[in-house]
Amino acid sequence: MNQNSILRLAGPARLLSLSTLVAAAVLLAGCSSSVPLNDAGGAPVESRTIGGSGAGTGGASESRVTPVDLSKGANDANGGAQNIVYFDFDSYVVKDEYRPIIDRFAKALAADRKKHLQVEGHTDERGGREYNLALGQKRAEAVAKSLALLGAADTQVEAVSFGKERPAAQGSDETAYAKNRRAELNYR
Amino acid sequence: MMVIVPDSFAASDAAAATMPQTRRPVLRWLAALRASFGLALAAALAFSAPAQAQFRVEISGVGATQLPIAIVKFRDEERSAPSLSLSGIVRADLERSGVFKSIDAPGALDENSQPVMTEWRGRAADALVAGSVTRLADGRFDVRFKLWDVVKGNVLGGQSTAVDAADLRLAAHRIADFIYEKLTGDKGVFSTRIAYVTKGGSRYTLRVADADGEGGQVALNSPEPIISPAWSPDGKQLAYVSFEKQKAVVYAQDTSSGARRELANFRGSNSAPAWSPDGQTLALTLSREHGSQLYLIDSGGGNVRRLTTSNAIDTEPAFAPDGRSIYFVSDRGGGPQIYRIGVGGGNVERITFGGNYNISPAISPDGRTLAYISRQGGAFRLYTLDLSGGGAQPVALTDTSDDESPSFAPNGRLIIYASRAQGRDVLMTTTLDGKIKARLVSTTADVREPVWGPFGR
Repeated sequence: MNQNSILRLAGPARLLSLSTLVAAAVLLAGCSSSVPLNDAGGAPVESRTIGGSGAGTGGASESRVTPVDLSKGANDANGGAQNIVYFDFDSYVVKDEYRPIIDRFAKALAADRKKHLQVEGHTDERGGREYNLALGQKRAEAVAKSLALLGAADTQVEAVSFGKERPAAQGSDETAYAKNRRAELNYR
Repeated sequence: MMVIVPDSFAASDAAAATMPQTRRPVLRWLAALRASFGLALAAALAFSAPAQAQFRVEISGVGATQLPIAIVKFRDEERSAPSLSLSGIVRADLERSGVFKSIDAPGALDENSQPVMTEWRGRAADALVAGSVTRLADGRFDVRFKLWDVVKGNVLGGQSTAVDAADLRLAAHRIADFIYEKLTGDKGVFSTRIAYVTKGGSRYTLRVADADGEGGQVALNSPEPIISPAWSPDGKQLAYVSFEKQKAVVYAQDTSSGARRELANFRGSNSAPAWSPDGQTLALTLSREHGSQLYLIDSGGGNVRRLTTSNAIDTEPAFAPDGRSIYFVSDRGGGPQIYRIGVGGGNVERITFGGNYNISPAISPDGRTLAYISRQGGAFRLYTLDLSGGGAQPVALTDTSDDESPSFAPNGRLIIYASRAQGRDVLMTTTLDGKIKARLVSTTADVREPVWGPFGR
């Protein structure tokens, strides 16, 4: 836009364009310093990446804090609850993936004979109340048996059932059902 | 409630739109009259038919033979006892039984009238009831009625009683019982009681109500689940399972005084209490020796002895009316089925064979019919089975898919059960042939686990 064009602009547009020109002129003036760009005698520019201790860490934050939640049923770092064993439909078999949880509780019970654990079995909402109470009882007893095999004393563990009376998740779909088929391990 | 307004008013609205301004005020007045008339009509309907608002009797099935009975509004019942319609309660009781069909009964009769039988025969009534409710000086109510055989043209009987206001409902139920017995020969169950559990949010209650679901009183109020209520044979106690101690424990409670005692709190879960017909013993499910098994216990709480010995789940015991055997649920054959064992133990006989999931047995008072819940293709449905043998087939009583907890009325003619309608748990009664069903009053809370009490309160 040449000078003639700017002068033809009306009011604020003209003012803006003139201001831009002036600002550009000032910037250009500032840049024209006496220091050449590739001066071998100048101070080195330090390069620092934020949030890392050097090569190989792939961007871990300096500010990260990982929470540890001691409340019942809270998830551990792998997304599974610290005190809940889940079961397949119509099953009371304790799957291998829950061995670590049971092992942890068994060791804690063996180390402190004054501790008393209640294993609480649950079912999903399908079916009769009393039959489901008995199914939940089977799940609780399966976990209690595993605990005993891993060192807990019989007197320290009581297996009980809530049947379908205490769902962890509401709903009538497989996602809810799966969350409700469980045994919870609670110190009492 | 829908109020029907004559079409002429609607037409006049359309006409008003095209009419000159001067004519419109008249039509506006008519519209206002219609609106207030509609309100008044709705109010009148609400007052005059409280019984109809409380229940709905659905009659399914063609050709059900029912006795047509006309029940005239009792003289002064609206004035003396406006909060309940005495004749409406009688009418609802008789209709729910499935045996009676209510005939329109206009006019003003009472127990002293001389009704013209030809008039009532003309209305196709076989029986006629009229009466009165009078407030006495001492605050009680004098309730009188008479029952006529319209066909023969004679009086079949009548009664008069003086009752407190609190017993007016019971008085109506007793009138229904009287009529039922006179006309069918069977004992009526209208003045019996039921117990059931409600769940509202995170609160549970165990309630006792009239057999029509009305007048519910709270027997137990708890923040934890209550399941499996069971009436003692004398109707004075309720046994039930409460989770207030963070596990299943069986309690027995005197309904009149509220006094409760722990009946079974052994290691593990304690549940499914069932009274013997003589009230001396209960059968129940314990897991004290690992696995859910049947045990017997004295009604006083001691003398626990094991009844079943299997490696399976044995639960939901129900005594046969002669007290000599116990029906129960076991999955010893794979899925849950209903079996029978003698009270002394011994031979176990399988009873149900259809389908792979049969639970919740209830035995009729004459011992001849088993009611239970069967899962068929994902739906849990109420069935009956004739126990007299001879290759009888199970009969489905409903076409709903979430039935539970069947319980026989003490005269064996009705079954109460819980079901699901419009996303809510509701209580239903049905005749044994499944033809006449009624939904009982339900509150905003979900209602479940109904059990029918015995004769005598």
